Amino acid sequence: MRALAAMSGGVDSSVAAALTKQAGHEVVGVTLKLWSGPNGEAPTAGCCTVSDAEDARRVAAQLDIPYYVLDYTGEFRDGVVDRFVHDYASGRTPNPCIECNRTVKFDRLLGGLAEFDCEVLVTGHHARNRHEDGVWSLLRGADRAKDQSYVLSMLTQPELASTRFPVGDLTKAGVRSVASEMGLRTAAKPESMDICFVGQRDYRAFLRDTAPEAVQPGPVVDSDGTEIGRHEGIVGFTIGQRRGLGVAVGEPRFVVRIDAGRSTVVLGRRDELAVAGIKLRQLTWTNGKKATGRVMAQYRAHGEPVAATLHDDRLLFAEPREAVAPGQTVAFYDGERVLGGALIADTFV
Amino acid sequence: MIYLDHAATTPIRPGIWEAMRPYSMEVFGNSSGVHDVSRRAKNALEEARERIAATIGARPQEIVLTSGGTESDNLALKGAALSSSSRRGVVTVATEHEAVLETTDYLRRIGLPTALVGVDREGAVDIDSLLGEVTGDTALISVMCLNNETGVVQDLPRIVAAMRGRHPGVLIHTDAVQAFSSHDLDVDALGVDLLTLTGHKFGGPKGAGLLYVREGTPLEPLHHGGGQELGRRSGTHNVAGAVGLAEAMEAAKADRSRFRTEVGQIRDDFEKRVIAALPDVVVNTPQRMRSPHHLNLRFPGIRNQTLLMRLDRAGVAASAGSACQSGAAQVSHVLEAMGLTADQTRESVRFSFGWDSTVDEAVEAADIVLGLVEVLR
Repeated sequence: MRALAAMSGGVDSSVAAALTKQAGHEVVGVTLKLWSGPNGEAPTAGCCTVSDAEDARRVAAQLDIPYYVLDYTGEFRDGVVDRFVHDYASGRTPNPCIECNRTVKFDRLLGGLAEFDCEVLVTGHHARNRHEDGVWSLLRGADRAKDQSYVLSMLTQPELASTRFPVGDLTKAGVRSVASEMGLRTAAKPESMDICFVGQRDYRAFLRDTAPEAVQPGPVVDSDGTEIGRHEGIVGFTIGQRRGLGVAVGEPRFVVRIDAGRSTVVLGRRDELAVAGIKLRQLTWTNGKKATGRVMAQYRAHGEPVAATLHDDRLLFAEPREAVAPGQTVAFYDGERVLGGALIADTFV
Repeated sequence: MIYLDHAATTPIRPGIWEAMRPYSMEVFGNSSGVHDVSRRAKNALEEARERIAATIGARPQEIVLTSGGTESDNLALKGAALSSSSRRGVVTVATEHEAVLETTDYLRRIGLPTALVGVDREGAVDIDSLLGEVTGDTALISVMCLNNETGVVQDLPRIVAAMRGRHPGVLIHTDAVQAFSSHDLDVDALGVDLLTLTGHKFGGPKGAGLLYVREGTPLEPLHHGGGQELGRRSGTHNVAGAVGLAEAMEAAKADRSRFRTEVGQIRDDFEKRVIAALPDVVVNTPQRMRSPHHLNLRFPGIRNQTLLMRLDRAGVAASAGSACQSGAAQVSHVLEAMGLTADQTRESVRFSFGWDSTVDEAVEAADIVLGLVEVLR
């Protein structure tokens, strides 16, 4: 089997490529160049040192596999960064990593497998896929704390059939110990938690620099409409946010709604945060079959799944839930198995 | 492997490595020392300098030995612009190598007047615009002989003649790095004041280049220190490199007429074979004013990074012409300046031939290209 290994320069994707090679497959390593600078400015010296790409390159050399850096900066800017800015400017809370998986990593690399003369895509995600009775299923990673099935919940049958997650059966510690046994230089490399194009800066500063027009001041109002303060831009706020609201009121206040049209942030008491359910869009099903009825729903990357019921494009929670942010992804589970995913279009009480 | 990336670098010609070896082994001395092993090194260095100078019709003291093309371009531009208090400007062309463009941009950032001149669809610089940008502030113009991405040959004799007529006080620099294999380069015939060369583009070692500096040309050094190279470039001499550079320049010069005919024929055969089978392929290299060894082709509908990856795996080494440090293909500033869209530059691949290219491998490579293009479409 000829495998295209997406190598970010981290330990997971290094081990994924290494295990694929060890299993006797022909492996081609690639790193995606997605972004050119913190402000997206054109690199002045023809320099786009993705420093992580250097680690990926060295691991590829050690594994003795061909290695390439592929430029998808255009796709990334259009599909991920512009959308990130647009979502925040519209009062939503985007998940750019999921958009990147959807519109760049899987779309371009899976779509390009034949061009790259490969049969499967190998990534370092902590998730598992299984082929039983002619159907591919996506399961949570063996390391529940590192599980990334949530960000893969939009994958469907053809994509799952052409993708392998070799580290999904390992714990993170297991991955590091394999890397260290193989002498991979990334064995002890710390994990990156930043949004790659925002870096270590505050994402609000990124938005101010990138899309100043999206950062307009406006009123902060109480749920009865009384203005209780001003804000510098709705992009600074997320549903459920409690800190940094810039207003002093007696009891704790939370962001309960963001009205992008009026550039208004609405605060409320904790009990006003709760929603009964979600209106969904962009629903996808891992096995191609629409699920209905009772599911477990996870609506935050590191949240716990909660009981809910699916009725077409509406998800009704078994009991009201707080801090459900439009723009985020919701993944549906049946135990370990991912049934599908969707974007949170809106919430209802 | 079929190597078609000679514009990036070339394999060293036979015998040169062996000629260099003694100057890192037995004759390892620092050429500035007072003992026998140093004197012998110094002697080898100066002998090499004489041979180097002779190949381009220069005097030995007009040769500043450097680490290569990038350093020579930096020294020419910064050295000329920073040596004068009255004339400090630089005028150059949008399609120059990054070593010239980035140096020019640096000079702009520190407050010096700079200007970039455009090119036409074939990549030729518009001489009238070039002259139009030159002012009383201009210290130097820099125009390359032969473009590294497309192989277009600039009309240097006309540029030099026009400049001398209109702006006699302005220095003229040319980056001739891509031209030495194929073009007779005599500094007096060219009439330039500063000229950049580097050994590894024509079968010499890496890390050994030169800047020709016409006698009397004011030049502020970049490297201050022990005062080597008549104070123009301090640093312990790379004697082995200088010997290798001299050997390679003599070998390349002696091989030039064969190179023009044979390598030109190999390139033409490759081009014809590809175009005959794929009539929609666009030749970015101009038909006239072209080098014998470059060929830049655009394959509509095929992204160059994909084609280059497949070529590599099929054993053919080619290039996008412009790559960043990570190795990702970039939008080519040269092709953009010629009027191609960003997407069109991402469909363009450079094949460059060299002293060791053969007809058989060019034919085989053309067939591999044709096979891959069929698969990728």
